[in-house]
Amino acid sequence: MADPAGAVGRPLPRSAARRLAFGRGKYADDLRFPGLLHLAFVRSPHAHARILAIDPAPARAAVPEALVFTGAEIAAVCAPWQGTMEHLPSMVSPPQHALAVERVVWQGEPVAAVVARTRAEAEDAAGEVAVDWEALPAAAVRERTLDADAALVHPGLGSNLCFATTIEAGEAAAALANAAHVVEGSFSFARHTGVPLEMRTVIADYDPGEGRLTVHGSHQSPWHQQDTLSRMLGIPEQLVRVVSPDIGGGFGIKLHIYGEEIAVSAVSRLLGRPVKYVADRMESFVTDVHARDQGVTARLGVDADGRIGGLSVDALTSLGAYGSYGRPPISEGMMTIMMAAGAYANANYQARLRVAFQNKPPSGMYRAVGQPIACAVAEQLLDWAAHAAGIDPVELRRRNYWADEDYPVKTPGGLAIRRLSPRQCLDRLADMMGYDDLRAEQERLRGQGVYRGIGVATFLEMTSVGPAYYGPSGARISTQDGATVRLEPSGAVRCVTSVIELGQGTHAALAQIVADRLGVAAADVGVVGGDTASAPYGGGAWASRGLTIGGEAAWRAADGLRANILELAGSILQADPAALDLARGAVCDRATGEARIALAEIARIGHFRHDMLPPGVQPELAVTRHYVPDAAPFALANGVQGSSLEVDVETGEIRLLDHFVVEDCGRIVNPLLVEEQIRGGVVQGIGGALFEECRYDADGQMLNASFVDYLVPMAAGLPDIHVGHVETPIEETALGTKGAGEAGTVGAPAAILLAVNDALRPLGARVTALPIGPEAVLEAVAGARP
Amino acid sequence: MEEFADIELTVNGEKIAKRVEARQHLVDFLRIELGLTGSHLGCEHGVCGACTVRVDGQIVRGCLMLAIQADGADVWTIEGVSDTGEIEDLQEAFIARNALQCGYCTPGMLLTAAEMMEAGRKMSRTEIREFLSGNYCRCTGYHAIVDAVETTMESRFGG
Ligand code: FES
Ligand code: FES
Repeated sequence: MADPAGAVGRPLPRSAARRLAFGRGKYADDLRFPGLLHLAFVRSPHAHARILAIDPAPARAAVPEALVFTGAEIAAVCAPWQGTMEHLPSMVSPPQHALAVERVVWQGEPVAAVVARTRAEAEDAAGEVAVDWEALPAAAVRERTLDADAALVHPGLGSNLCFATTIEAGEAAAALANAAHVVEGSFSFARHTGVPLEMRTVIADYDPGEGRLTVHGSHQSPWHQQDTLSRMLGIPEQLVRVVSPDIGGGFGIKLHIYGEEIAVSAVSRLLGRPVKYVADRMESFVTDVHARDQGVTARLGVDADGRIGGLSVDALTSLGAYGSYGRPPISEGMMTIMMAAGAYANANYQARLRVAFQNKPPSGMYRAVGQPIACAVAEQLLDWAAHAAGIDPVELRRRNYWADEDYPVKTPGGLAIRRLSPRQCLDRLADMMGYDDLRAEQERLRGQGVYRGIGVATFLEMTSVGPAYYGPSGARISTQDGATVRLEPSGAVRCVTSVIELGQGTHAALAQIVADRLGVAAADVGVVGGDTASAPYGGGAWASRGLTIGGEAAWRAADGLRANILELAGSILQADPAALDLARGAVCDRATGEARIALAEIARIGHFRHDMLPPGVQPELAVTRHYVPDAAPFALANGVQGSSLEVDVETGEIRLLDHFVVEDCGRIVNPLLVEEQIRGGVVQGIGGALFEECRYDADGQMLNASFVDYLVPMAAGLPDIHVGHVETPIEETALGTKGAGEAGTVGAPAAILLAVNDALRPLGARVTALPIGPEAVLEAVAGARP
Repeated sequence: MEEFADIELTVNGEKIAKRVEARQHLVDFLRIELGLTGSHLGCEHGVCGACTVRVDGQIVRGCLMLAIQADGADVWTIEGVSDTGEIEDLQEAFIARNALQCGYCTPGMLLTAAEMMEAGRKMSRTEIREFLSGNYCRCTGYHAIVDAVETTMESRFGG
């Protein structure tokens, strides 16, 4: 029965959670395919090498049924792709083959595919393929990749520079020269990756009879896969179907086009058999896209009252050997320079960005793209400035936010901002944290040699990036999403969406939205998606767009269905549809609310008793709508995070005591989902702040490509995360959501960095490189001691 | 070592006799040979806990145990404990609290949590966190999982 108060806004549990908690999830590797073959890859042990020869004979000797496909053999049936952007002709990116052909450019790059009856046999055989390598010098140290004598990742490009740009707004140099206080720092953000628990999986099944390719995989954008597979393999698009079943986490990692996935389809096509590949954890570490890997030098000037006078930012991003296809690889750096200090009133800004290739795994989008860096750098400078000016850091923020009457603003970094709510978020957060008490306690404990730190960081979260960015780039990626909403004969409702569900709960939230538009309970709405052959075309799951774009599409589709239902009811009841309404599972009189006919009865007549309808009435009980976010280039959520921690200056250990978030993601459809997006995001941010790093030696060998050596946050030692909300719906959509998937990850590293430095301040010590391990703390403390 | 061996064991209360490859680990056996795909693999290195199953009353990392080592054992997976209703309260608490997102870690988390219940008392949040610290979850940030376990302990053992 529909709740008269509606489903939107309520913390309803998700129905999918029940299935997953009972062990009934169906992830890609759980699916069964008759006649399935298994595929394993032969990978480069070198970061840079020429492939002199590949000899499959030893593999066939070990496993006689095994088949080996070299990069050249795959290239004969599969075109390469190129990650260039039409609107940025100065950005270079060389063509990438599914498997390396003549040269490998990172350790782990696949060079051959081996197929056998079982995965174990395929791996056995792959281990025997003999490859002759000529090792070449590698570019693998961020600070040296642009040196004149650096090894070239792609010699044909003549340099490792992928892209460079600058921003000049106002008079930053003069403002910095004249500021009462100038603070500066050189920061480093390590390379890390997304580490979803389920590893990338793909099963390609080419049917030679019809020439049809069906691919099941753990992928966030089956739409992008379909387009790429169709064009690279030359299969007409109507014969390519890509299905995303349950997905074991993605965070951007499963958004990209990977050579492995495309090669599996190519091999299936060559063999006319279903072929499966499941990455193991080591392969995931050296082939899942990597992110961050940026050095930033920045300066901030404030006046005697702590008001920002000017800011300069100089960033160097290290990509891997390629950017991702269709997803601008420069985004990490662009987000950094566009978004730094975006919430604060400032007219004087200069920035420089350089983006360079390295002999490391390709770079791509991982949750929050560049924004954690923008946030950490700007917020740390603000904290330092507050201390230089003798002003409380929270008070300094309050003084510097854009004033309400400034909106809409165009920031000097180039962000168009309709409206933000950082003041409300900050006040709420200070309240939740008990900020003044924490400061007093910190002071008291310092007297006892206990070093507590408090970090309060304001963040912006750019979501739902729209056509203004993706269109001109020429990327064949839709910024639109779609939904079909259908009335079933029983009066139940089904919604088919282009939005991909990977645990964030978007499908459950869509049910809530559709339910309210049709006056039924959320439990009466079934939501499915993930199959490109049957769902409306769309984008998938990225940039926290699921509700802001896909939710709006579902809202509009449900409204369309509602109009059709009322029209049909009008002809059945001989009433004016405008005088009717849908509520509590029935068609009601709009004026009195009195139920006239059950929705189930309308559905039954509309589907089965067309004989009862007046002539000329054509029931239309399914409606499809799409929504493209055309009113703004993106949506912008905002908030504030607070970290309270203690640093043991003898061991270097950082103990997280509490973490607080107040965020404004616009209208909240389901607080249970929003809050867990925030918490999960915060912990990934904590990972980046304290633990996670893809460590490489100077030759480009990854040193910690296993779960034993690559540290991730585990339950012990993590703080509880307290979440509060400010709710400012956006006006561009009926639904008013902004997205919440990345907020936690954007702000957490900053809050922690600030808190650590706040703890170390009395010692005169400072850390500026993330992740902050105990050694770094000890080094900073030792370096500061006289 | 022989390449194949015959084993007999009980899985989720059902007697099973199978010839298995000596090198096959328990979770591959459960998933591939028996179709019990509720147990997952996240690292095959004994670190992530996605493969947690119960063998002779104790949780183990199914990726670190060979199927042949389970010869004669009593094995329970998420499918089995779901069918018996043994952990229904935990499952309901996880669902109500949204203590799972992608759900990939969840079977392992639930079996670990079920073992925690054997302490027969309500643990502190820190203790719960320590107990869960062999199970990696990338989605939730753990807070909601700790809440769900805490709630279940409260209702089983009182506040
Ligand atoms: S798969 Fe067994 S511990 Fe990770
Ligand atoms: S819910 Fe996704 S890994 Fe735990």
